[in-house]
Amino acid sequence: MECQSQPTLSLARHPVPAPPARVELPFRRDLLAAARDVAGVCPGMFLLGVTFGLVVVHAGLAWWWTPLFSGLIFGGSLEFLLIAMAAAAAPLAAIALTSLLVQGRHLFYAVSFPLHQVSGRLRRTYAMFALIDEAYALTATRPAGELTSTRILAMQTLMHASWVGGGVAGALAGNSLPVHVPALDFAFTALFVVLAAEASLTGRRLADPLLALACALVAHVAAPGQMLLLAMGMYCALQLILRPCTDKRRHA
Amino acid sequence: MPDTTYLAATVAIAAAITFALRAAPFAVVNRLRSASTVTYLGRRLPSGIMIILVVYLLRDTHLTNPASGVIQLLPVAITAATYAWKRHMLLGMGAGTVTYALMLALTG
Repeated sequence: MECQSQPTLSLARHPVPAPPARVELPFRRDLLAAARDVAGVCPGMFLLGVTFGLVVVHAGLAWWWTPLFSGLIFGGSLEFLLIAMAAAAAPLAAIALTSLLVQGRHLFYAVSFPLHQVSGRLRRTYAMFALIDEAYALTATRPAGELTSTRILAMQTLMHASWVGGGVAGALAGNSLPVHVPALDFAFTALFVVLAAEASLTGRRLADPLLALACALVAHVAAPGQMLLLAMGMYCALQLILRPCTDKRRHA
Repeated sequence: MPDTTYLAATVAIAAAITFALRAAPFAVVNRLRSASTVTYLGRRLPSGIMIILVVYLLRDTHLTNPASGVIQLLPVAITAATYAWKRHMLLGMGAGTVTYALMLALTG
């Protein structure tokens, strides 16, 4: 806190105010820090946003659905799935259950996201709304004192803007250039392969992905229409049933 | 094309559930931390859910048709291998997508 009063003191000493670029206002400093924090993530989010916009338009939806999906839901993986489900006219109950299962992982983010650093009811609401995987990853590992309210919110706003902006750009491009790029369809699958690889490598347990693969294949054969829900249900149930074994093995 | 009411309901449901799942835990954050079943599932779920989602996305692949199987599964393998090697998301996705584009071009 001592250093924050420094610029004000030096200003008071000089009769002519220093040029704006040299005045380190806390707000401006936080914005710059936030921009540096998200510099590695925002270009990727923008590009995936473009892909999402193209997918929306290719599914036969009007371009303006893109900012509605991306702006209001703000959950990339779920949004891609929803477009595929909506194009197949999936029942709304299936959409609700898929949202619940795909976004269920967010339940665990509250434990380490520095929400206590964010001041103001409205800002806290936005911080919770925009608690995407990337925001969690970029803030949870930082020492809490380093992140101010402005810095956290600016990081989230920049990522939100990248995702929505990319989506609108992609949807408009897909609208004006009726070019279908089949290879781009794979980019979405590739995102999930990467997320699956990351989760499996972090989990450090080969049994989990293998069990999930088995559940998915069984569900695909048993009930192709309800594959997602059946497979996730089976996987959760089996993990709970197998818990005594896995716990015992860890303590052994 | 899906109708407007259905799409609006889809956005509303997904947005409400997503926000609820992001916001609600903060109210019970301390209880959540000590619930061992929640912690246990929290560790087990991420990799499993992602694998299931990948299989779901590949559900149209016909394994009995070698050409279709290779076109889909080789890029998946390349994506996973590149990511495991370099731990770079965009690089992994790029390598897989380029492989997929090549497979499409080669098989016509």
